[in-house]
Amino acid sequence: MKEIVLIPEELPKIGLEADTISPDFFANKKIKEINNLSVFCGNEKLTLGDFFDIKGTVGQRISDIKIIIQGDVSLVKRIGQGMSGGEILIKGNAGMYVGAEMKGGTIVVEGDIGSFSGQRMRGGHFIIKGNAGNYLGASYRGDWRGMRGGEITVDGNVGSETGEFMVGGKIHIKGNCGPFIGIHMTKGLIIIEGDADKRVGAQMVGGTILVNGKTEMLPSFKLEGDESNLNINGAKFNGPFLKFKGDMAEMHSKGTVYIRK
Amino acid sequence: MSLILKNGFVFDPINGIKGDKSTIFIEDGFIVDDLKNKNAKVVDVSNKIIMPGGLEIHSHVAGGKPNIGRAFRPEDHERFVMPKTNITRSGSGYSTPSTFMTGYLYSMMGYTTVFTPAMPPLMARHTHEELNDLPMVDKGGYTLCDGNWFILKYLREGDIEKCAAYVSWLLKATKGFAIKLTNPGGTEAWAWGRNCRNLDDEVPHFKITPREIIEGMVKVNEKLALPHSVHLHANNLGRPGNYTTTLDTLKVPKGIKSQRQRQTLHITHIQFNSYGGDSWNSLESKSDKIANAINKLDNITVDTGNIIFGDTTTMSADGPLEYYLQSITGLKWANRNVELETSPGVTPMIYSPKMATTSIQWAIGLELPLLIKDPWKVFLATDHPNGGPFTKYPEIIASLMSSKLRNQTLSGVNKAVNKRSILPTLEREYDFYDVAIFTRAGQAKALGLDKNKGHLGVGAHADIAVYDLNPDKIDPNNEHKLIKDKFSMAYLTIKDGKIVVRDRKITKVIDGRTYWIDSVTPKNIEKEVYKDIDYYFKRYYSINLANYPVSEDYITRPTVLKTNA
Repeated sequence: MKEIVLIPEELPKIGLEADTISPDFFANKKIKEINNLSVFCGNEKLTLGDFFDIKGTVGQRISDIKIIIQGDVSLVKRIGQGMSGGEILIKGNAGMYVGAEMKGGTIVVEGDIGSFSGQRMRGGHFIIKGNAGNYLGASYRGDWRGMRGGEITVDGNVGSETGEFMVGGKIHIKGNCGPFIGIHMTKGLIIIEGDADKRVGAQMVGGTILVNGKTEMLPSFKLEGDESNLNINGAKFNGPFLKFKGDMAEMHSKGTVYIRK
Repeated sequence: MSLILKNGFVFDPINGIKGDKSTIFIEDGFIVDDLKNKNAKVVDVSNKIIMPGGLEIHSHVAGGKPNIGRAFRPEDHERFVMPKTNITRSGSGYSTPSTFMTGYLYSMMGYTTVFTPAMPPLMARHTHEELNDLPMVDKGGYTLCDGNWFILKYLREGDIEKCAAYVSWLLKATKGFAIKLTNPGGTEAWAWGRNCRNLDDEVPHFKITPREIIEGMVKVNEKLALPHSVHLHANNLGRPGNYTTTLDTLKVPKGIKSQRQRQTLHITHIQFNSYGGDSWNSLESKSDKIANAINKLDNITVDTGNIIFGDTTTMSADGPLEYYLQSITGLKWANRNVELETSPGVTPMIYSPKMATTSIQWAIGLELPLLIKDPWKVFLATDHPNGGPFTKYPEIIASLMSSKLRNQTLSGVNKAVNKRSILPTLEREYDFYDVAIFTRAGQAKALGLDKNKGHLGVGAHADIAVYDLNPDKIDPNNEHKLIKDKFSMAYLTIKDGKIVVRDRKITKVIDGRTYWIDSVTPKNIEKEVYKDIDYYFKRYYSINLANYPVSEDYITRPTVLKTNA
């Protein structure tokens, strides 16, 4: 695997739309060409080289590329959007829409990320060592087809409406989460090791949510009984858990929520 | 400005011209037989087809519903984006395109006139605001009259004179072009959670049936001698087994005479009303029965309402239908009640070729234009965006011109089509002359605009489309892809004598006319009706009467058509 290092120089004070920071765009290009990839700052079309010092060697194939961002890019949006392979390592905070629509490969963020990250994700691994904003792994605004596959792991906490309209894949949160986690979800798995804020799984019709901490269930969920130990997709959790079915406010709901008793 | 189009193959059905090579002279926005100005610009269009500009008889491009659709489908806008150029604005939306872009897209397809079919009177101001922002084409709106309390009251009393006076006032107040009925009676019943699925179901509290509403409004329409006939979205639309209701509806205007040389009833998107079977699982095509009935009647025209496979947004003034659709799909939906007038709804829809129902719906949409023998009775429309966006019209044209393409598509859709539709047995293929009737000339006649639209004779508006197709060389059956491509993008579009599209690019942005109707009714009856209007507004409406009518200075290039009753 060949490494390319991006060192942020003078970043603008408003957001930078940089969906070109992705192995798919970098593959088989010379450093000079990568410098010339376009980014948008407001309504201005600029180049990646205007904001980053780019060094290293570029791989021929997408899967050979590892992009390392050395520093804080919390106002840079859409890093790794739609990437299909390779690796991105962000050694700092990142902005919104990181890994949106990603199909494969790995993104590791050592700091925090902004909202709408992992939006409509289809595959790959997305690891966040800090906290995530709102709408992690959610759908595009208005769409009823959200995250379809892949895996998101967050070591810290997440904001509200995580996994909105989720139709597949897995989200693992090691900290706490905000309200409306798994809202409208139809398939897939969400694990929260900490506490969850109110309205877990609101309007969900399928899929599984596990809260290994405290939360408050909606009255539209039906208590199905106790479970002592859980084994979900090979991951073991020691109970006891309460098992709920719902959201019964929707038709034909088959969603499952486990809460630590 | 003068222009000469040289050496094109002209297809002009209203004047009976079937692909003859000739030259068209244009001066000051009209087609002329000779030019006064000898310095005219000459455009050589040899080996290309010249047709009158396309006419759209039914497309939800402006008004309350398209706007709800735009607002609640951001994901649809992400699918199709058009950047701005030096002369055009940016736009977005696949099934719910934004207003300016709608104009550009129509013009690029060679269309020059578009009618939006459902303008609730109370939303007329909004509809005209959107139409003002719809450039490139001539336009107009049909005023919704289906659940209007005045109309229901007058028709129940059997007072056609008063009803006509009210409709005449309503068309002036809303700057409307025609009478639109959407699920007559059913939309008013929907306010009580009910519907009128058969012609003899009574409207709650009004003691009137859809049959009486349709018959009454056809009489009103002929009394006012409006250019277009009543434009009807029939009852019981979109439900299995509804073809019997449609057959009943076709007979309603029987015996009502028109002062004009046109149909007395236009049934729109009839594909959605040609279903047999008693549930979605046994849905079957009854297009043969419907087409037979239409073949025997000379007072009916229809438009197809084809569906396009894919994701779209349905929107209709038929509120109960939209509620019913969302109960099948489980997707987001919106309903709205326009006080005293109508109750529309909006919901997204996915037409999948894997599903038996949508495959059969697709087949019916093609069967009808193939089975109806007289091409002047059936016109192209997808009920944009209900069946699919208007940008996909060329797909339907290609399917009608090529049985090979139909068979190719048939092999890729649900196999139920072979048993429950008759499309696989149909061999008829449209030629360019049929297409010209199907997409422009027929509409012009049905809309009563054939004096200066839909043809290329002297005196017609110089609204012209040129397609880069050579009818002598092309074999549409095999080269269906070329047909589709070339009809998608006109080689030239000429609007009011100006070249507005050339080589797939907008070259000039102009505003089209907005048509509206000024009809005359007896003064003494008008006086009585105005008293009623005054009373109803004070008693029931949430707005003041003075704020209701849309004045002419509110609309761009208002063009009034006067009728003498």
